[in-house]
Amino acid sequence: MPSNKSVSDAPITQFINCRILRDHHLQREDLWVREGRILDPEKLFFDEKGYADERVDCEGSIIAPGFIDVQINGGYGIDFSQPSNDVSSGISLVAQKILEHGVTSFCPTLVTSPPSVYHKVLPQVKVHGGGRHGAGVLGFHLEGPFISLEKKGAHPEQYLRTFSSGGKDDLMETYGGLDNVAMVTLAPELPNSQSAVRELCQRGITVSLGHSVANLSQAEEAVQAGASFITHLFNAMLPFHHRDPGIVGLLTSDQIPPGRMVYYGMIADGIHTNPAALRIAHRAHPSGLVLVTDAITAMGLPPGRHTLGQQVVEIQGLHAYVAGLTDVFLVLGTTTLCGSIATMDMCVRHFKQASGCSVEEALEGASLHPAQLLGISHKKGNLDYGSDADLVLLDDALNVKATYISGEEVWRRGA
Amino acid sequence: MKLIILNDYDQASEWAAKYIRNKILLFKPGPDRHFTLGLPTGSTPLGCYKKLIEYYKNGEISFQYVKTFNMDEYVGLPRDHPESYHSFMWNNFFKHIDIKAENTHILDGNAADLQAECEAFEDKIKAAGGIELFVGGIGPDGHIAFNEPGSSLASRTRVKTLAQDTIIANARFFDGDLSKVPTMALTVGVGTVMDAKEVMILITGAHKAFALYKAIEEGVNHMWTVSAFQQHPQTVFVCDEDATLELRVKTVKYFKGMMHVHNKLVDPLPSGSKKN
Repeated sequence: MPSNKSVSDAPITQFINCRILRDHHLQREDLWVREGRILDPEKLFFDEKGYADERVDCEGSIIAPGFIDVQINGGYGIDFSQPSNDVSSGISLVAQKILEHGVTSFCPTLVTSPPSVYHKVLPQVKVHGGGRHGAGVLGFHLEGPFISLEKKGAHPEQYLRTFSSGGKDDLMETYGGLDNVAMVTLAPELPNSQSAVRELCQRGITVSLGHSVANLSQAEEAVQAGASFITHLFNAMLPFHHRDPGIVGLLTSDQIPPGRMVYYGMIADGIHTNPAALRIAHRAHPSGLVLVTDAITAMGLPPGRHTLGQQVVEIQGLHAYVAGLTDVFLVLGTTTLCGSIATMDMCVRHFKQASGCSVEEALEGASLHPAQLLGISHKKGNLDYGSDADLVLLDDALNVKATYISGEEVWRRGA
Repeated sequence: MKLIILNDYDQASEWAAKYIRNKILLFKPGPDRHFTLGLPTGSTPLGCYKKLIEYYKNGEISFQYVKTFNMDEYVGLPRDHPESYHSFMWNNFFKHIDIKAENTHILDGNAADLQAECEAFEDKIKAAGGIELFVGGIGPDGHIAFNEPGSSLASRTRVKTLAQDTIIANARFFDGDLSKVPTMALTVGVGTVMDAKEVMILITGAHKAFALYKAIEEGVNHMWTVSAFQQHPQTVFVCDEDATLELRVKTVKYFKGMMHVHNKLVDPLPSGSKKN
């Protein structure tokens, strides 16, 4: 009844008593949703003489676009890189659990693995939308194996590869196929990397630079070939040097082709990046910030030994960071940092506090920017009319109160 | 005629809003008995709309059984253009209250047949039983709605070409670019507003002082179309001090002396009559 049936007779939900993040500002506006998408209430009013079937009182909450995590290796005991016959159930478990962190879509990330693992794992998980069952999968993020030996970080050395067959063939040979892949992290200094970058970009796959010892001009060439992201800025790359700023220099490079933008991933867990470095990056290039968790198996688990790819890592219970929530994770017997066990909502809170940025900027780093990076900002990462109604309701301290996917409540605190 | 003089814009807006609130409440609207309200756009009524929204949010009034008719709309401006009067009404009033879309009426400046659109609007007003209270503002040249100087005082809803002064004044809403300002509008006629049972005109600011003087202290004149309301049996002018600058001291003193009487019109109503 509420709407003109010539357009749609689907029920309409009106979120009231909220502040919504739209056009880079929190605005006192109601949010209208129909058929899983955000509705223009003015059009509804004048064109359809329609009104809401249901009103949801948000009790003053902030409504932000659902968070998008483009780098998450696992969590809750699941390691996406562990070859198993049932990868999809592991991804489903994590997808379901991260709803409470406000994440509505993500890129399951595989660290450097032998080709057999890619061949086995990649076909098992298709790109799919989210819902009550969990956050949507936007496609895999393949971090490695075409990365630098010197900056391999926690990646197993024996599986690192180069583009010895010219680029394209190496990709196909290693990964088996590129369906359901959203992003590949590679080191641009590897010979033939440019043709690999071009091949990936042609297929609509985002290319990220990381685990690399590239100098700035190598990084710029990769960007000119199509690369658009930097994997966990500052980590696993050359440190900033004023005569060769390395990959970090992309943040202020004047060699970026017009109309293009370089984004950078930031693990804002209070450990991987010193707050001062985080501020340098943010102040130099605020619109490119993409918050990532880089979460590992142990995210959501107690301290102890856990598996990351082909290695065993240990979480040491150093409850010294971020309100005692974040621990430090080391490759066993070494002092190499691997992924984090931070959750996306923690990263948003920590980033805001450490950078002194506005609430809007912190939230956009976890929503708008990753959507722009992946080329999906026409439907995700914002609350514009027509976008998917993937929402996270937060209190003023940015704690998640509820999560919605396609207008459907998929998680609520205390429910 | 009543002339209500308040200290400033905010007080004038509040007085007008309370007057509208009381009119609606006293009418006791219901499913078969809608209160019909004529509404203006522009900067003058903004404060009044804000107050009405506040009364709605406080639970003092409901617009569930109110029908609205807007005075005018530009011709050829997309409905969702931020300067269209549809957008104005949506953003400044309708989206904040419980009015039903089917009870709001704004002229469609993009209608294929503008003449027919105007005639249909008059018919809709008639079908709603006429306008109970028409609220309006005026321009510095004394125009009411888009009834520019020289408009017939017997005019009905129709297409009007805007005066050059109005186009220039509106340019600020269109990036200062005269070529972007619509040059035509659909507007209710002076006669359409005259048919309302009651008319309330808001006039604030020193730049409208001369128009107020022309409206009430000189004769009825089609060059100052608002002066037509001297012949309306129930007209209330609500203004601020600044708008009285061109009036005679005698006029101002007389109406200020009446304020204690007129203020009774906006007293809160006994709670029994608030239900509607």
